[in-house]
Amino acid sequence: MPTFLIPGPLRSLSAGAAAVAVEAADLRSAIDALDARYPGFKGRLLDEEGEPRQFVNLFLNDEDVRLGRGLDSPLAPGDEIAIVPAVAGG
Amino acid sequence: MAQLTFTPEQVQRYARHLILPEVGGAGQRKLLGTSVLLLGAGGLGSPAAMYLAAAGVGRIGVVDFDDVDASNLQRQILHGTDDLGRPKVDSAADTIRSLNPDVEVVKHRLHLNSENALEVFRQYDLVIDGTDNFPTRYLANDAAYFTGKPLVYGAIYRFEGQLSIFEPAGGTGCYRCLFPNPPPPGAVPSCAEAGVFGVLPGIIGSMMAFETIKYVLGIGEPLVGRLLIFEGMDMSFRRLNLRRNPDCPLCGDDPSVTGLIDYEQFCGLPAQEPSAVPAALARQ
Repeated sequence: MPTFLIPGPLRSLSAGAAAVAVEAADLRSAIDALDARYPGFKGRLLDEEGEPRQFVNLFLNDEDVRLGRGLDSPLAPGDEIAIVPAVAGG
Repeated sequence: MAQLTFTPEQVQRYARHLILPEVGGAGQRKLLGTSVLLLGAGGLGSPAAMYLAAAGVGRIGVVDFDDVDASNLQRQILHGTDDLGRPKVDSAADTIRSLNPDVEVVKHRLHLNSENALEVFRQYDLVIDGTDNFPTRYLANDAAYFTGKPLVYGAIYRFEGQLSIFEPAGGTGCYRCLFPNPPPPGAVPSCAEAGVFGVLPGIIGSMMAFETIKYVLGIGEPLVGRLLIFEGMDMSFRRLNLRRNPDCPLCGDDPSVTGLIDYEQFCGLPAQEPSAVPAALARQ
């Protein structure tokens, strides 16, 4: 199953889980599945229009999905989706 | 200024670099002839500045407007208890000079803004972003791009860190390729609001110095075109690929950002971190 890698700042939404596997064939449905299991993720990852937010990135197997097929990216078993929020602390 | 020969003191001081084939005499001279601008003498800037100074980077500019506050001391190791209330640039300069008198320290006690950023950036070979808020990070990214300076980027949040090198000339992407625009006010809490694990900036800031020196010396594979994510709770590192985004508002095919922007200081970051502790803690 494709697996989301949850960054520290968002683990409060996933009950502390660092990785969440979901059953989904593409990224859009994977986010739906993640949100169904842990409500709140969709609002953090997608804006009101359902597009990825500008300050949270999704990397599918280490590649920025924005530069690929975005939410339409097909997923295969074993794929890893890293969620990378903008952080500014110094 | 680059020098041709080392003094006996320098031969001793840099002995462990000089015997490394990857550094050697030529590399050490290169470091002594390199100038680095450090944005922020805080959590990230402290270890970065100290290791760069110890390594013999010849000129280090320090940009910071703040004074040393008690809440800084849990992680900002440039500053000590005796420095409370002093300008951070003064405290930083003293620490750097004490580490290595070879280093020229230039103090820039100012708030970086669209008026002064380009002029300050132009005086250095490379810029290190250890700032603590989004407006300055976007300003630093854009100013580095417009002046053609490599930008060593590090950022932290609680137990997590990010690290990369943005190289304007390389076409390998910039901070805006990754995050095109800042989050709206309130969407992301600041360190002052969320807390930061004190050792974390030590790890990320040290790696910023490490990558800076690798980049200057042209050794190994610096983190150009890659974003390193550190998850302290798992002690895991992950390297993601960064590429230039054709839609990037700064370095894309049809840029909309053509000058510096002063974003509103929206991150909930006061000029100084609040030193007041929550009432419940103070009572304990």
